[in-house]
Amino acid sequence: MSGAPTHESRRPTDHGAAARTAHLVGETAARTARLARGALLRRLVLVLALTAWQLGARAHGSVYFPPPARIARHAYDLWFSGPVGHAFLTPAAVDTILPSLGRMAAGFVLAAVVGVGLGILVGRSPRAYALCDPVLQFARALPPPTLVPVFVVVFDFGTPMQLASIVFSAIWPVLINTAEGARDTDPLRLDVAAVLRLTAVERLWFLLLPSALPRIFAGLRLSLSLCLILMVFSELLPGTANGIGFALTDAQSRSDLLTVWAVLVLLGALGYLLNTGLLAIEKRLTGKRSHERRSKGSHKSSRTESRKGRST
Amino acid sequence: MLRLDSLSQHYGDQPVLHDLSLTVPDGQLLCVVGPSGCGKSTLLRTVAGLLPAREGTITIDDTPVTGVPDRLAVVFQDYGRSLLPWLTVRDNVALPLRRQGLRRAERRAEADRILDRVGLTGAARRHPGQLSGGMQQRVAIARALVCRPSLLLMDEPFGSLDAQTREDLEDLLLEVHRTDRTTIVFVTHDIDESVYVGDRVVVLTPGPGAKVALDLPVELPCPRDQIGTRGLPEFVALRTRVGRAVRTPGRAQV
Ligand SMILES: Nc1ncnc2c1ncn2[C@@H]1O[C@H](COP(=O)(O)OP(=O)(O)OP(=O)(O)O)[C@@H](O)[C@H]1O
Ligand SMILES: [Mg+2]
Repeated sequence: MSGAPTHESRRPTDHGAAARTAHLVGETAARTARLARGALLRRLVLVLALTAWQLGARAHGSVYFPPPARIARHAYDLWFSGPVGHAFLTPAAVDTILPSLGRMAAGFVLAAVVGVGLGILVGRSPRAYALCDPVLQFARALPPPTLVPVFVVVFDFGTPMQLASIVFSAIWPVLINTAEGARDTDPLRLDVAAVLRLTAVERLWFLLLPSALPRIFAGLRLSLSLCLILMVFSELLPGTANGIGFALTDAQSRSDLLTVWAVLVLLGALGYLLNTGLLAIEKRLTGKRSHERRSKGSHKSSRTESRKGRST
Repeated sequence: MLRLDSLSQHYGDQPVLHDLSLTVPDGQLLCVVGPSGCGKSTLLRTVAGLLPAREGTITIDDTPVTGVPDRLAVVFQDYGRSLLPWLTVRDNVALPLRRQGLRRAERRAEADRILDRVGLTGAARRHPGQLSGGMQQRVAIARALVCRPSLLLMDEPFGSLDAQTREDLEDLLLEVHRTDRTTIVFVTHDIDESVYVGDRVVVLTPGPGAKVALDLPVELPCPRDQIGTRGLPEFVALRTRVGRAVRTPGRAQV
């Protein structure tokens, strides 16, 4: 007897649940559609440009300007049709993309670590800042690729020369931005650190780095794009046996325009992905202080309040 | 005991404090009042060892102050800037405990205990930017109290809060002072507050070259309360004297 009523009473709820599920599915579908439409709209210009390119190239039929679908297909065949175990990378990709990325990563990390370290030192000492500022402005003003011939002479061709080119070009934006960020540390917070008697390391970790972080990331983004440029540029020179830049000159010497285009698309995609990754890291590290601005605002209003209070 | 001996302070060649002498016995809550810009913050920064004294000496228990003294805590006026917005409330409060070699769990437990005391039990895991002004100032007070200071300096700590929050925090301060017997130097521009909170009120002359214009013991019955104490005739008499000294420092000199 006890089973029947439960069964009876469950049925309508089941119906309700089914209806709710259906409703949910409908809603999710609608949301997905909305999101897809939003994403499409935001990339409208890109989609239009690609379509125009595709149609124009197809209509014209020039060997110099292959349609994007063929370029994509070619890039896929060249690099991304490998076995699952190699993350779909072909041997050619392992030979082309990985060495370049490796050099770029090494150069970027080196530039970032040294740049942030020196930047904090320079930014925290007014005398060092005054002394270094002209040098930094000069170094920043040099067009980075012009340094490469110097390193070719110093290091001869090969990875050391490429690394040196990347590091010496990419270090300035991080260094300068970090120095300015460290210099702008709120003096009241420095007093707080002194009163709390933080050690130098604690002060660096809890105060200097976090308050310079937005500036550091502004510098890192600039450095990252410089790294990409210098990575390719240094690989265009003789003496390189692998890498994306090498693939580019190699294809060009064989008049293989399709591969040249594929390399360009690959570079664009790499730059975009790396920048997106850096932005994600930045958001993770600084996200918690999205409220900081609010607290500054309240501080400002509290200031005016205290003025009012004082005059009475 | 905190002693200032003919202390003078300048910024560049602009004098701020001139020949200022003051003795604060242990456990006293001294209020310092003075017109805006007379050098109250400068005085606190000098006592905190953040600014070297130009002339004269500061001693705490007969030890001259050269750097930031041991067991000193400061509550700054700008709570929004004095807290670290990238740390949680609990981590902000636990920061001073790192020097004491406590383990992480102990530091957190201690921070939570003190947050309880200032009435912020639920806020430990939030970030300062998510709190109201009064709550942020409570966090700053908790951070100052967490390492049990023997000397607490407060620079217009409640200056920018609304009346209700301000009265609550004044009572919190009195309660902390009653139980811990900490020596407190409390700077304020609010005459009523100085008389309500203080065991003693010192009025500074307007700068440049501020010195003590009035040194007044406050003998009001001790568990003070916001309504009763402020209605006492003694309270009114004291605030009138302090008020006169602030307005016309020349005539009120004692
Ligand atoms: N860093 C500084 N450099 C130069 N002059 C300063 C500096 N800080 C303060 N002063 C000057 O010293 C004097 C005293 O400043 P101080 O901040 O100590 O005053 P205060 O009594 O705390 O004022 P308020 O009540 O407005 O906070 C002021 O005239 C001010 O202009
Ligand atoms: Mg001040």
